[in-house]
Order: sequence, then structure tokens, then C-alpha cells
Amino acid sequence: MSGVRTLAAVALSLFAASNVAVLAAEPKKGGILKVHHRDSPASASIHEEATFSVNIPFMGIFNNLVMYKQDVAQNSLDSIVPDLAESWAWSGDGKKLSFKLRQGVKWHDGKPFTSADVKCTFDMVMGKSQQKFRKNPRKSWYNEVVDVTPSGDFEVAFNLKRPQPSLLALLASGYTPVYPCHVSPGDMRTKPVGTGPFKFVEFKANESIKITRNPDYWKKGLPHLDGIEYNIVPNLSTAILGFISGQFDMTFPTGVTIPLLKDVKAQAPKAVCVVAPNNVSTNIIVNSSSPPFDNLDIRQAMALTLDRKAFVSILFEGQADIGGTMLPAPGGLWSMPKEMLEKIPGYGPDINASREEARKLMAKAGYGPDKRLAVKVATRNIPIYRDPAIILIDQLKGIYIDGELEVVETANWFSKVARKDYALGLNLTGNAVDDPDQSFFENYSCGSERNYTNYCNKEIEKLFGEQSIEADVAKRKKLVWEIDKKLQEDVARPIIYHGRSGSCWQPHVKGITIMVNSSYNGYRYEDLWMDK
Amino acid sequence: MFAYIVRRLVLMLVTLFGISVIIFVLLRIVPGNIVDILFDAAGFVDQADKANLEKELGLDQSIVVQYMQWIGGLLHGDLGYSYVSEKPALQEILPRIPITAKLAALALLFSASIGIPLGVISAVKQGTRLDYALRVVSLSGLSLPSFWLGLLILMASVSMFGTMPIFNPNPATWTEAFAIYAVPAMAVGFRSAALTMRITRSSMLEILRQDYIRTARAKGASEASVNYHHALKNAVLPVITVIGIEAAFLIGGLIVTETVFNIPGVARFLVEAIRWRDYPIVQNLVMLIAVVVVVTNFTVDMLYAAIDPRIRYTD
Repeated sequence: MSGVRTLAAVALSLFAASNVAVLAAEPKKGGILKVHHRDSPASASIHEEATFSVNIPFMGIFNNLVMYKQDVAQNSLDSIVPDLAESWAWSGDGKKLSFKLRQGVKWHDGKPFTSADVKCTFDMVMGKSQQKFRKNPRKSWYNEVVDVTPSGDFEVAFNLKRPQPSLLALLASGYTPVYPCHVSPGDMRTKPVGTGPFKFVEFKANESIKITRNPDYWKKGLPHLDGIEYNIVPNLSTAILGFISGQFDMTFPTGVTIPLLKDVKAQAPKAVCVVAPNNVSTNIIVNSSSPPFDNLDIRQAMALTLDRKAFVSILFEGQADIGGTMLPAPGGLWSMPKEMLEKIPGYGPDINASREEARKLMAKAGYGPDKRLAVKVATRNIPIYRDPAIILIDQLKGIYIDGELEVVETANWFSKVARKDYALGLNLTGNAVDDPDQSFFENYSCGSERNYTNYCNKEIEKLFGEQSIEADVAKRKKLVWEIDKKLQEDVARPIIYHGRSGSCWQPHVKGITIMVNSSYNGYRYEDLWMDK
Repeated sequence: MFAYIVRRLVLMLVTLFGISVIIFVLLRIVPGNIVDILFDAAGFVDQADKANLEKELGLDQSIVVQYMQWIGGLLHGDLGYSYVSEKPALQEILPRIPITAKLAALALLFSASIGIPLGVISAVKQGTRLDYALRVVSLSGLSLPSFWLGLLILMASVSMFGTMPIFNPNPATWTEAFAIYAVPAMAVGFRSAALTMRITRSSMLEILRQDYIRTARAKGASEASVNYHHALKNAVLPVITVIGIEAAFLIGGLIVTETVFNIPGVARFLVEAIRWRDYPIVQNLVMLIAVVVVVTNFTVDMLYAAIDPRIRYTD
């Protein structure tokens, strides 16, 4: 009898446990999610800004035509799902991308969403409309788009100069929301109107950003939260203390440094913390148009002397990735295989042999222990730039280069770089989408505004185009690897490492997915809920 | 006296005019303007877009025209628009003033109510253990940076109470309101209290050695009467001067304290505005601070005459 009782008790407890599990998995409605925000964004207009300080609080206000599935950590063409577009189709020649749009969707102010809004948005992004953005940082993303043509109220097509399969990847980015025609760019900067799961409530500069549940959201039953409050706390120590004391449900996504993560885990052991690559590379910019770095030997010597593992070990306690231009695997989709990477000068395992070779190149260029090369190493005056610059200066000493740190205030950094008023600099490059088109054309294409080093190699430029039109992913990957290898060999912009950072949330926050190959695309937050 | 006050008021206006010119010119000498920063944040420089925005914000006009427009607007109560938020500058600045004013007032109150009595005790008990202990406290107050003290307070608060006084515009309870303002005020006022204590002590020691103090004692006055009625009243003048100066310097301490305690006051807002080169906000805020400093100086000078009958401002 007791055996039966025991069995019954076990069965009951298992049932109860499974029931609890089911209940725990069932999203609960309501609650205001409190999130720390690292700084006060310049505006609320995603199209006009180039920082995820804007995407994070405002992405939930909008919808895209298509988007990256929010619960899949790795963004890829396979993880793109319909949003305001119900479906899409490529023409046979790959030069036309057509979308069927969802019907019955309303803007937060009650006006209906139509294909005219899609045309307005992309005409404005391409700089073709009467109304202009103050700033238009991603205009070059659509260089291959001839025009956007609506067909009736619920169909729209993007007509291209040449096939560009990755256009879909760009349209899925958190940087590509659809804006309403009837709201001016000025109003979108201060009182944004969207079709998304959350409505804008207020944006108090340096204080807070509040968004509230859209009760008429076209995805029935979503969002689960009543709203989200982003408290702007620029002081990271205060913000982390706020999280530890439970005043924030979540830290600023990707806002916890690796060393700080230990403190969080020690003081809030129940917190859920995730470390992920943020697809931001730390790299060296070299002014190759003037001496001494117009000499390829010196540039190559510099690339050879880099001990990337030392950077990763000192700054990230080993938790960062070494690679070429494209984000390394497993987070990244397009990185070279390890064996190919290690064959590139400076990436081999024997750093002493590389440095010996570097010293020979320096001797060839006329430098040695008795004739050292003095240079200023310019960088932005913020720790994520300054800290690696100091390590770089230390490593350059080994090949007779005496670097002097020149810190530049943020206000003057990009102007200085654009003027080519530097010999050597340390820079960070963020990629919104893990796609070669975005990275290559933006940073290495001849004449591109963000090609700070003015690197221009017509042969490689041709390859950029070839990989861009290639629809076969396997073939495209091989082309991308070849390009990336050449960029590193040319010392176009030597990549030191790809950073990682942490995000933490309280255990009652459910449904968060931190993207592993972009910091710009995973903040719709319509599936988030709180188990309390 | 009347003529003196009028003269001072005219001098104040001249000072404020000078300050307005200096602020305006200095802001424009600093490399980079709002347009540079807005575009730098986007990581690219499109010269045509930049030129359009400079025109839209009126930054393409000559510095003299820009100054005249600002002063003209100021005289009509129009402070211009924030370049960043695109809201009227007055609308941005006004709600933040009471927050910083409360903090500053509480910090000064803390400074005076702690610094003066402890300074008197330290002087009266000169050379005793209590005096040494108080001197250590005052020295540490002068040595501890307020941002560090603020962080220590926050860490202790989280560690001991599991919470911390983070700003809430509508505190639910009296204790919450107290924690929100009083704790940061103590953090920023500690340095000022330490300085007040040291000045009070040295001033008291000097006065306590005066002949009239000895006379008061010889006449049989009680120690309390000697210390507080005869000595403190005469020792307090330099203390008032220091408190007046500290009121002006307080804004520096408030910048870090408002940052550490995440208080959305004027001081933190000013730093952010400088970072963005948001000229209308910076110019008007610095003018506001200048007015506060000038008026405080004037008030302190008037207080001298009220406290010390020997001081008279003649026509």
C-alpha cells in the first residue's frame, strides 16, 4: 500500500511540476518593464541616427516590411520573417523585390497604413522626396535601388539596378522601420508614430523614455507588457547598483562590460546574464596617403606585430573574438575558416616569429633600435577606444615605433578622421547587419563616406560587386573570404578584435533573446513578459 | 545706503553683460558645434546635409548677429529652442531648476548646521581628543571627492538595505522624498561642511583670544554666553563669506552628485548640453548660474551690514 502511495505521490508531484512548467511558460500579461538606458539619444528617429541607443527604446514603436525573427539569436536570411509585408518574392532576374502588404494595419494615430507609406519612407531614405531627414546615415544602403513603386494600396516593389540578394537583410534590420507619410521628419524625431506593439508616451532628455502598450496592435494578443520605461542613467556604476538592488528589471542590452559582469553575478546571483558578440570591431586606421605610412612595409610590419590574444586577454578576460573584417563564427555567418585566417600575416600562432619578420620590414624601411619612428596614435576619448590604443602603443614599441596617445573629444573625432588629420588611429566599427554588402561597401568602397582611410582597390571593388549579386550562399561565402583575406593583407584597416559584451535581466523577465551577430535588430520586445 | 545698492545693481548688470559675452564667445571658440556632433554620432560627414542643418539652426550667421538674436530673445523672455530636443529652452530648463535648488539649499543647510556648531566645539575644546577627532572629520571631508563619497553611499545603501535612493519625481512616502534629496545633499554638502567647520574653528580661536572675551569672562559671563553670544557673533563674518562662496561653487559638486545619484537637475543637464554643444541651453543655464552667483554675492555683502553694526555702506 505504501508503495502505491509513494507512486501516487511521485505521479502527483510530477504532474504538479509539469503543470508549473506549463504555467511558467504561459506568458503573463501586464507590468511595466524597467530598463536602464546608457545615454540620452539625440532624437527618437531611428532613420536619422546611427546608434543602438535609439533602436533599443524606439524599435518597439515600429514595424518593418520584414524583420529578423526575434527569438532566433543569429540573424540570417533564413531567420527573416514577414512583418508589415505578408510575403515577398524576387523576380526571375533578381532585380525586383515585391511585397504584399498586410491590410487593416493602423498607425498609432488611427490613420491606415498603405503602400504609400512604404514609398514615402524609402524615397526619404534614398534622398528622393521633398521632405528631408536632417541626417541620413544609411542612404548608401540603397545605392542599388532605382525606385520603390506601389501597386495599389497593398503591394509595393523595390526595383534594382542589379541583383542584390542582401537587400532583404538590410530591410530586416532594426534600422529599417516604415515611417508614416503624414508625419513630418521633425515630429518623428520628437513624437514618433508607428504601427508597432508600443506607442510613444514621452522622451525626457537625460531622464527617461516611456512607451506604452498599443491596444490596437495588429498582432492580436501582443504585446504582453503594459509598457516599458527606459531610465537614462549615464553613470554605469549607478546603473549596475540599480540593477543589483532590483530597481531595474534589465540592464542596457550589451551594456555590461566583461569585468563588471563578475560583480553583477556576485551581487545578484539570480540574475540571468548573457555574453554575446556585438559585431563591433576594434581596428587600426592608417593614413596611407602620407609618410611614413604610405610605405607598405611599415604598414605590414605594424599588422605583423599585433598580439591580438593579449588585447582579448587584457580587455575581455579572454571573451572576445579574433577575425577579419566579418564577424567570426560561431556568431558570425561570413567569417573565414580558422586555417585560412591563420595564414594571413600577423594572424599566425607564433607571435615572436611575426615580430621578427616585422622588425626586418622596419629595417628595410630604415628604422631600427637607433632610429625609432615617432607617431601619434589618435583615438576618441572614451574608454573603449582609449584602452586598446594604450595596448597598441605598447605593442608597437617592439618594432621601433614610439607611439604617443592623442585623445580626441567625440565632438571632433570623426571630423578629424574625415580630414585625414592623423597618421595612425584606433577606431571602432559597428555593423548593423551581419552582411558583407553593408560592411564592404560602407567601409572599404572607393569614395564611401565611412571609408575613413580612403582605401581604394579597384580589383577588390570588382569583387565587392561580384559577391553582392551572388545568390548562391556557399559561392558568395568563398568570394567573401577571399575579399576579407585581401583586405587584411593590404592592411586596409587591420582588425584587432571583435568585442563581446554582457546583458543581464532579473529572473522574472522572460522572452529575451540577445542577438549574436548584431546589436541593432533585437529590440521589438513584443514577446517579452514578466513572471511576477 | 540707497545709492550704494543702486551702484551695486548697476555693477551687477555690467558683470552679467560681460559674462554673457564671454559665454557666447567661449562656446563658439570650442572646437565642434552641434552639427558636427550630430553628424559625428552618425559616423559620417555629408557636407551638404551639414550645411543645411547649420542654416536651419542659424549657425551660418555671423557671431554678432547670433549674439544679438540671443540677447534680444532673452530680454523678451524667449530663450530659444534646444537644438537637440527641439523644444523651447525654457520648457527644458524650468522643470529642472526646483530639483537643483532643493538639492543646493539642503546641501547649504547641511553645511551650515553641521559645520558651524562643530567648528565652535572644536575651537572651544581646542587640543582635546574631541578637537582632534573633529579635525580628522573635517580633513576627510575636504579630501573625499563627492562623486566617490556618493558612490560609497549608494553601495552601502544597496548592501545594507537592498535598495538605493534613485530619483523619483513623485516620491510616495516622506522617507522616500527624504532619501531622494537629503542623501545626495549630504554627499555634496560634506565638503562644504568640512570647510565651514575649519573656518569657524580658526575664526573662533582668533576671537576667543581677544581682550573683550577675557573681559566678558572676568565679568562672570557663563561659558555658553561667552562662546555663543560674544565670540560666535563676531566670528561668523568670515564663515558667511565662505558659505557665500561655497554656494557659488556648489554647482561643480552638484554636477557629479546629480550624475552619481541620477538626479535630473540643472547641473547634469548643463554637462549634457555642453557635450552636445546645445548653445541655447548652455548659454541660458550659465547665465542663470551667473545670476545666482552675483545675487548671492550681493546678499552676502548686505548680510555683513545686518550682522555687524560696525559695517556701514555709505553713500
